[in-house]
Amino acid sequence: MDLVNLFIKAVFVENLALTFFLGMCTFLAVSKKIGTALGLGIAVIVVQSLTIPINNLIYQFLIKDRALAWAGLPEISLDFLGLITYISVIAAVVQVLEMFLDRYVPSLYNSLGIFLPLITVNCAILGGCLFMVERDYNFSESVTYGVASGVGWALAIVAMAGVREKLKYSDIPEGLQGLGVTFITAGLMALGFMAFSGIQL
Amino acid sequence: MSYQHKKIIFEPIVDNNPVILQVLGICSALAVTSKLSTTITMCLALTIVTAFSNAAISLVRNHTPSSIRIIVQMTIISSLVIVTDQFIKAYAFSISKDLSVFVGLIITNCIVMGRAEAYAMKHPPFPSFLDGLGNGLGYSALLMVVGVIRELFGSGSLFGYPILPLDRDGGWYVPNGLLLLPPSAFFLIGMIIWVVRSWKPAQVEQPEYKIYHAPRPEVAS
Repeated sequence: MDLVNLFIKAVFVENLALTFFLGMCTFLAVSKKIGTALGLGIAVIVVQSLTIPINNLIYQFLIKDRALAWAGLPEISLDFLGLITYISVIAAVVQVLEMFLDRYVPSLYNSLGIFLPLITVNCAILGGCLFMVERDYNFSESVTYGVASGVGWALAIVAMAGVREKLKYSDIPEGLQGLGVTFITAGLMALGFMAFSGIQL
Repeated sequence: MSYQHKKIIFEPIVDNNPVILQVLGICSALAVTSKLSTTITMCLALTIVTAFSNAAISLVRNHTPSSIRIIVQMTIISSLVIVTDQFIKAYAFSISKDLSVFVGLIITNCIVMGRAEAYAMKHPPFPSFLDGLGNGLGYSALLMVVGVIRELFGSGSLFGYPILPLDRDGGWYVPNGLLLLPPSAFFLIGMIIWVVRSWKPAQVEQPEYKIYHAPRPEVAS
């Protein structure tokens, strides 16, 4: 039950894109068409649900304060190496996933191809890992959180792309065209998602 | 300092602002601006990291094979961010609690990566350093504007010192709670983009579609 709660909370209440503004650069740049937005969203879900549990294992057994006690080194803390480890794991997972898809699922590779390298520098992925560390999730929680935060981000970008597809037919003041109105739309969507913030399960 | 160098530093501040024109580094611009003390810490951290990472990446640019350049850049940037993060934790612990994960997220801040790819890989170290500094300042300029508006009108103070007396303490100013909520940053940045683009019309994006006004048929009366 706690995991269901965590799932709902990570998808709606603490949506990575609309309440923490993570992955905003790609969120604004790749949300012009629903098709591409969906592709990127799926890629983020996959990468997120792999990297957060992997980083969780590394954090729990190697990096956390006193985590090396199982190796007989209880007084060593490697937590200053955290950031560089998480980003390397993300880069490695993305690279391996890219090669795996290229070899075994070429059709998926062709549709996700251009988005995979982009994901390494997507702050939603690293942000998810850092939230996992900050909240000290255990392994099953981290799996749930990984899937749920990916789903939440994908949901947000697909919704945004839907709004933007309609928006291009509207008559917008000159200085506001393009980026300006996209920001304001994202702001309104974020206000909408704030309606979830009172939900307690 | 020659004219060329000045141009590298000052051009990104208004003419080619990294946030509002190049659409880089928006994530943190939105999340850390509700208080000026966190805003300024974030600005300093990002400017320092961008400047030094640009210089370091430019130093090794002729020795980096292009197939592994992203990993090399990531390593350099994350080492610098770790140093900055440890420094903030040591000397400004309460601010580092407020910033939570956003200092770590400088690693994936697109300004740092974007300038490394677009500028530092092609230019010598000193101009790259200045370019990093300039883009950091451009980012800081926008963040400071947003931060001042949000803190002044959202809680009537600057850096925590009361400027506008609040009505709940017997003053006259009723604070605007919306400005403390995250979505207000979107509206403010959207408005700033509008102002800058009305001032410099060259930055206006061309619409993909134009609405065609059909001529009204003349009705014989």
